[in-house]
Amino acid sequence: MQSSKPLQTSVAIEEVTGLRERTVLERLLTSQPFWVTVAVILICIVTSIKEPNSFPTLANFFNTTRNFSSIGIMAIGMTAVILTGGIDLSVGSVMALVSTTVARLLEAGYGWESAWAMGLGVGLICGLINGYLIAYVKLPPFVVTLGMLSIARSLGVVISQGRVIYEFGPDAETFKWIGGGWLDLTLPNGSVLSLSHQFLLLIVLSIIFAFVLKWTSWGRWLYAIGGNENAARLTGIPVDRVKLQAYVLCSLTAALASLMLTGYAGSGTSGLGRGYELYVIAAVVIGGANLMGGAGGAYGGFIGAALIFLIRNSLIMFGVEANWYEFFVGLFIIFAVLLERIRGRKAG
Amino acid sequence: MASLELVGIAKHFGAIEALRGVDLRLESGEVLGLMGDNGAGKSTLVKIIAGNFPPSAGEIRIDGRPVQFHKPVDARREGIEIVYQDLALCDNMTAAENVFLGRELKRNWGFLKIVDYRAMYDRAAELFGELKSETRPRDLVRQMSGGQRQAVAIARTRLSEPDFVLMDEPTAAISVRQVAEVLDLIRRVRDAGHAVILISHRMPDVFAVCSRVAVLRRGTKVADKRIEDTSPEEVTGLITGAIASA
Ligand SMILES: Nc1ncnc2c1ncn2[C@@H]1O[C@H](COP(=O)(O)OP(=O)(O)OP(=O)(O)O)[C@@H](O)[C@H]1O
Ligand SMILES: [Mg+2]
Repeated sequence: MQSSKPLQTSVAIEEVTGLRERTVLERLLTSQPFWVTVAVILICIVTSIKEPNSFPTLANFFNTTRNFSSIGIMAIGMTAVILTGGIDLSVGSVMALVSTTVARLLEAGYGWESAWAMGLGVGLICGLINGYLIAYVKLPPFVVTLGMLSIARSLGVVISQGRVIYEFGPDAETFKWIGGGWLDLTLPNGSVLSLSHQFLLLIVLSIIFAFVLKWTSWGRWLYAIGGNENAARLTGIPVDRVKLQAYVLCSLTAALASLMLTGYAGSGTSGLGRGYELYVIAAVVIGGANLMGGAGGAYGGFIGAALIFLIRNSLIMFGVEANWYEFFVGLFIIFAVLLERIRGRKAG
Repeated sequence: MASLELVGIAKHFGAIEALRGVDLRLESGEVLGLMGDNGAGKSTLVKIIAGNFPPSAGEIRIDGRPVQFHKPVDARREGIEIVYQDLALCDNMTAAENVFLGRELKRNWGFLKIVDYRAMYDRAAELFGELKSETRPRDLVRQMSGGQRQAVAIARTRLSEPDFVLMDEPTAAISVRQVAEVLDLIRRVRDAGHAVILISHRMPDVFAVCSRVAVLRRGTKVADKRIEDTSPEEVTGLITGAIASA
């Protein structure tokens, strides 16, 4: 056998088999948020065909976008936490605690500013407790936030004494307007598109969060911590501080969502947000975040939240019994994680 | 002229005594080969120098001045850079992002300071060029070969002008051609007046670039000789214990 192969061949083969830089199209086709967006559009088209009078209307757009906004807002904080490889099960309960606290304050005659400051303060404290125990005491996120889930819900019941509080005092109108109001836009054809304050807040926060993730060190560090926490530590990233901040952000978004929903509903109750941790985590995971950390983005949680609410919407329209809803949410979570596993294997 | 001095460095992990009183001196322009069997304590020693964890006993002195490192950043501030044995890379990020991890380049955007990707990709491309590595700055580390990963870890040490560069088996996973590049790089670092500690199991590498070689055996330094005063055979004997000490 002739064995005078030029060295060049091996280099050439390396270049062919080695992974080239992926094109924009390739990236899009392997991105989960893209496919979830496709699914959302498909569901909208199918439902519009089936229900041409009730689905593709401005009123329904207003309602649907408002309905998924609180989940979308919390998905922002949850994405930060999940990026670091953590989880926060306490968001629904933090909502309840915030809702009952601000309702009691308003009932006692305090202004809406005090109520908002207090609501955000309660979220901040819950986040600090979660974050401190997880980042500095090194307790597992699952256990800490499960504890907080129970504690915050129980405090909510104690504070409200089990009542639904709807006497909001002198600032009731303002407080309700913040959470329940909307903005009217007149379209070129003369019809009016209404956008709820909740949805507007979601849009603004999502844009800011997307910016932070991509363009700030803090955002990059969330990815680094989820990718290899030890490496992040060794390169000098303040891992513990960033993790604490992620949990604070998560509880703050829960507080924000609660303040908006409490205003929208016009009542504070310890029942608010029960089971919402499931929806929020589902939205984030369906939107392409990896529960092991290091993968995900701002748009994923947004579109994931949209998808799970559209599914509910469509199930009702197609006459499926509402009790099946959580069955499908659960199925979607498992499906999303399965998809992630399959994609992960291909990439790895 | 910068100097690094270790005095009586000991380290135990629970019952395991990884280091038992090691003295070591390193000066600018020197390349010290640190050799020893698996588990001899080589990585532990350089990790202490790099501020990963404090020694259980002993002192580190820089230019004669005692220093204490609580975090890796403290050591970096004193001009110490390290290539970790496990490379300390984030698989989910690009080569350039890994090079600049924890010290991202920034640019002004209005009144905000934002991450300057363009500058990071350009600078990383330059660094990989200097290392003669085919690593592409925009590739995810997850998709990279062992040698490319190594290049990323080594490129990190080139961001600053460190006085001391610690390399924990930088040639373990790479091709013959790339080994030559890394050795070349070590020589260049030395010629620029910096000091290098090179941990390696590869006798030819150590004898090619090192001016001194120190041998650790079960946490104790059993030899510290100028390279021209020893031979691969003697060093091998020292590592295995066939020669007690020299
Ligand atoms: N973080 C740690 N916790 C507990 N024991 C450790 C730790 N790091 C190192 N050791 C122990 O200390 C001893 C020395 O380990 P070290 O990693 O320094 O060896 P090494 O000389 O670098 O070996 P190798 O050539 O295999 O890299 C070993 O017995 C190891 O098990
Ligand atoms: Mg080692």
